[in-house]
Amino acid sequence: MTLSPEAFRFVADLVRRESAIVLETGKEYLVDSRLRSLAVAAGDADVNAYVDRLRRPDGAREKSKVVEAMTTNETSWFRDREPFQALSGTIFQELMQRPNASRTIRIWSAACSSGQEAYTIAMLAAEHVVPLGWRVEIVATDLAQSMVDRTREGRYSQLEIGRGMPAPLLVKYFQREGTGWKVSDQLRSMVRVQTLNLAAPYPPMPVFDIVFLRNVLIYFDAATKKQVLGRVRQVLDPQGYLFLGGAETTLGIDDSWERSTIGRFTVNRPRGAVAAPTVGTAPLSGLAARKVI
Amino acid sequence: MRALVIDDSRAMRMMIGRLLTQQGFEILQAGDGQEALDVLGACEPHELPVLCTVDWNMPVMDGLTFVQSARKRTELRDLTLMMVTTESENHQVVRALAAGAHEYLIKPFTAEAMADKLDLLGLDPSRRVA
Ligand SMILES: C[S@@+](CC[C@H](N)C(=O)[O-])C[C@H]1O[C@@H](n2cnc3c(N)ncnc32)[C@H](O)[C@@H]1O
Ligand SMILES: [Mg+2]
Repeated sequence: MTLSPEAFRFVADLVRRESAIVLETGKEYLVDSRLRSLAVAAGDADVNAYVDRLRRPDGAREKSKVVEAMTTNETSWFRDREPFQALSGTIFQELMQRPNASRTIRIWSAACSSGQEAYTIAMLAAEHVVPLGWRVEIVATDLAQSMVDRTREGRYSQLEIGRGMPAPLLVKYFQREGTGWKVSDQLRSMVRVQTLNLAAPYPPMPVFDIVFLRNVLIYFDAATKKQVLGRVRQVLDPQGYLFLGGAETTLGIDDSWERSTIGRFTVNRPRGAVAAPTVGTAPLSGLAARKVI
Repeated sequence: MRALVIDDSRAMRMMIGRLLTQQGFEILQAGDGQEALDVLGACEPHELPVLCTVDWNMPVMDGLTFVQSARKRTELRDLTLMMVTTESENHQVVRALAAGAHEYLIKPFTAEAMADKLDLLGLDPSRRVA
């Protein structure tokens, strides 16, 4: 039996309350297919019986599984490429030209999924920043505990590695482990991992030079987007940089940001941040193939 | 844009060839490294492929030897070499890169993984100048 409209509404409300993720009418098929395996695991005859289980007083653990099941964790290494070219070719250099007594760059990967974004940043930092005597501290957070655990573990299957990892960086920063690959201690030591719900008040956090808030606002309604952008601005340096996903924008949502273009990439900065830097773009890595860019 | 698919398995050549055709390449094929060198040697400069996918284990001349030989030829300096192989140990990837391969794709792989590699190499259709 497929999900009843009533059960769909219950799940949509739950997911919205706990994660701000909007499940509009028409997403019944998605909820249905993602809850099916949870229903089987719980020993329920169908998804409606499983949703009934959620309503019981002892349903809390099962509820958080449902919220996690409704997150989309699609990610890859160097996702979309241009943001990372802007980072390594321009933004790192600009940040290192500023007076900074601790010579530390702080970066937040704010919906890190299984960690590819955070470790991509860490690789670029190890290539372009660390050799110049600077430190890079990366905080990686996600709503889903399973994603936080995966990021902390730093183990990736061959298929996951196949999604965008340049071979020269793979052999430099990963070790073969079983049939997959494991991130090196050097990268892991640059990344601190914790759970965080973007749609709830944030725990105390450092001021970041860069926030990656990529491919997560798309799941929220306009009011939540605005609220999240406002909170992120509180933890971003006034001269900092905000990276959004390819389909995301601050335009028409929060006008306290301005855009600046670096190569083919548009980065957001708090309104009033200094004019866009003009250092040229460089390849993703000195080791990567010469045809990058 | 042409790509040369080098693999001793005909099925594998067809499979890779089909993926690359979808990405807008015109396909040449070779069953081993020596045959690949012959194919390249018969090309006029303007007919040269921009990309070779290179299997490692092949009779006559294996992929690693092919990469080493191709890297020594100045007329092939613009050729992008991507290993596509089941060999998956860290030291093997290191060895192929040291020999001059630009990328390394481990079999089995998905169409998406191939597209991602082309993207990394600046060879995906959306970034190509016609
Ligand atoms: C599509 S992934 C994006 C991963 C990465 N940033 C990228 O661009 O490849 C979206 C992630 O957002 C997380 N997420 C969804 N709602 C969230 C919330 N309210 N707070 C924090 N993370 C959330 C999901 O768990 C998922 O891992
Ligand atoms: Mg073979």
